Amino acid sequence: MIDFGYKIQADRQINLDTTDKDLANFVRKHENSFNICIGCGTCTASCSAGNFTNFNFRKLQLFICRGEIADVKTEIAKCMLCGKCQLACPRGVNTRNVIMTIRKGLEEQL
Amino acid sequence: MNFDWFVLPFSIGLFLLFILVIFKISFWIRQLPLNDRLLLNKGIFSLKILRVIKEVILESLLHLRIFKINPLLGFMHMSFAFGWFMLIAIGNLESRMYAGTELNLPYYPIFFKFFIHKPLEIPFAEGFTFIMDFFLLLVLSGVLIAFSKRIYSKIVGLKRTTKLKAFDIFAMLSLWLIFPLRLFAESSAAGMYHTGGFMTQPIGNAFAGFLPLDTLSYIFWWAYSISLGVFFVCLPYSRYMHIPTEIILIAFRHFGIHRSKEYDIFKDVEVFSCSRCGICIDKCQLNTMAQVTNIQSAYFIKSIRKKNQQEEIVQNCLICGRCQEFCPVGIKTDDLRLSQRMIFENKENANFNYLPPQTPIKTEVLYFAGCMTHLTPSIKLSMVNILKNSKIPFKFMDEEESICCGRPLMLSGNTKDAQKLMQANIEIICSSQAHTLVTSCPICLRIFKEEYNLNINVLHHSQFIENLITEGKIRVQTSTKTISYHDPCDLGRGLGIYDEPRSILAHTGTLLKNNFEKNNSLCCGGSIANNQNYNLNKDKISKQVIEHLSSKNPDIIATACPLCKKTFVKYSDIRVADIAEIVNEQMILLHSS
Repeated sequence: MIDFGYKIQADRQINLDTTDKDLANFVRKHENSFNICIGCGTCTASCSAGNFTNFNFRKLQLFICRGEIADVKTEIAKCMLCGKCQLACPRGVNTRNVIMTIRKGLEEQL
Repeated sequence: MNFDWFVLPFSIGLFLLFILVIFKISFWIRQLPLNDRLLLNKGIFSLKILRVIKEVILESLLHLRIFKINPLLGFMHMSFAFGWFMLIAIGNLESRMYAGTELNLPYYPIFFKFFIHKPLEIPFAEGFTFIMDFFLLLVLSGVLIAFSKRIYSKIVGLKRTTKLKAFDIFAMLSLWLIFPLRLFAESSAAGMYHTGGFMTQPIGNAFAGFLPLDTLSYIFWWAYSISLGVFFVCLPYSRYMHIPTEIILIAFRHFGIHRSKEYDIFKDVEVFSCSRCGICIDKCQLNTMAQVTNIQSAYFIKSIRKKNQQEEIVQNCLICGRCQEFCPVGIKTDDLRLSQRMIFENKENANFNYLPPQTPIKTEVLYFAGCMTHLTPSIKLSMVNILKNSKIPFKFMDEEESICCGRPLMLSGNTKDAQKLMQANIEIICSSQAHTLVTSCPICLRIFKEEYNLNINVLHHSQFIENLITEGKIRVQTSTKTISYHDPCDLGRGLGIYDEPRSILAHTGTLLKNNFEKNNSLCCGGSIANNQNYNLNKDKISKQVIEHLSSKNPDIIATACPLCKKTFVKYSDIRVADIAEIVNEQMILLHSS
């Protein structure tokens, strides 16, 4: 078969009615500024850890809201908690506490 | 033998108090690590004990530190502590001289006037009655101020005083009642037998005019004894436990008992030494500017004592150090709070294996901007320019890839993860063989100085620039601009660097005074140490701090911390600039570069 550089991707549908939203709800409950995130990515642009790795807080936020939390724990371990994202955030999300709350939520789920 | 049944409440109370306090103190001492116990033993039999006694007299009795904060508040605490101590000491002396023996039962001096009805025939008899009346008057004036403080706390300069629970009020009332009851009991004795002094005698005479003193006097003595007994039993369980504990704390400090980061015996002693005087409440900006009234050190310490630590209380704090600075007992409230945060947070959460191995950078001066400075690039550019202009060989340590210093993790109680970042930074710093490390961020500076154990010079850029100016390596033009300087918490209260920034600013313009300077400086509100739903409170605090700093309408609000600058620019109409920026703008270029 001729390789045109395209391939058929696996199905990426997410059924929001059945995904695991426990972690998202836990974070929303304990740090409600999580709700006002618009996913602009300023946090990721300023991130100290992102300078070394592909750590991406914007994506993490999206994954948690979607309930795709399989990789959250290993990803979030990269955060240095330095607080740059918090200062950069145009919406005033309390990002440090979001991270700490996610960690706590993961711990409680285990 | 002199005895009456009414002495029992007092005697039983005193006995229980004695047992409970001894039990608690021996518990603390037994829990100390062996080398600390040895230090304690050594300290007691050394000259250090003299310094302990001096501080106990100056602080536990006379309360000089509170006098400095507010004279009336100091007088109140002094009148209770010193007045009551003198009543006990001189009462004992008087009764012993009268009885002619060193040994008598503890209640005898207290109820001396009940047992002895004839005027004394000992040296200075009249002097004794005068002194005893004088100190009783002193304590009574303290009771009056304490009562007024409860109704209107501004009388002693406090916007709010400590909120009390039912048991606290009960203990407080039992303490307050002791002294009026003593006055009534002694006055009625004076009314019947003419043994009173300048205060008790006239009151006694007045009582005798219209009251049946024979029966009433006995009731007064009973009531006086009961109030003493009740207070003594309440003492170990109430905030008044601070009275014996503060002495232990002072001894621990002078004998050099070790403090650790975790909650240890030293911190437990500090917790029991808190008298909840309310000074920390009044100094806390979350209280005065954002109306958060449940997290201040007095309440926080109480929650530790009751073993009822709540994460919200532990985390909702700026760790600005204002309460610690003004605590009359000298409790290290910041360390205490971090030790509690460690209980909640000190787990290995992070994995920094991704940090690349560092290639050594050899240089003389290493410049570390820090995360916050990367968010305020004008500061780091100014610093680079100043360094270049001074012709000192330097390397920019975190120009491209910056590793956090670790203090933000530490501030949220996660020491274990912080250690990993520290290790990474230490490797870079040590391999550079630099003799000086300069940083623009006081938060980084503090952890470099306190935790990194570097044996090189660690300087804040304000100190470094001041050196450059005095050594003539850079020259700065003066200007007609007026400058209001804001002391950053970690730089000022944290590390005691107050003068260097001021000295630089004096070169660059006219420094204006403001109401909150040096150790009384305010927190900008941007502290990364507060992890709780904080944005609204931050707005309130930062706005008010900017109002204070702008009150004299300066041309520039200067600060020495990138985080303060970043916080202020959002709220200020006046230009906010870091010292490095101001110096950079007014620097005369010595060499063409």
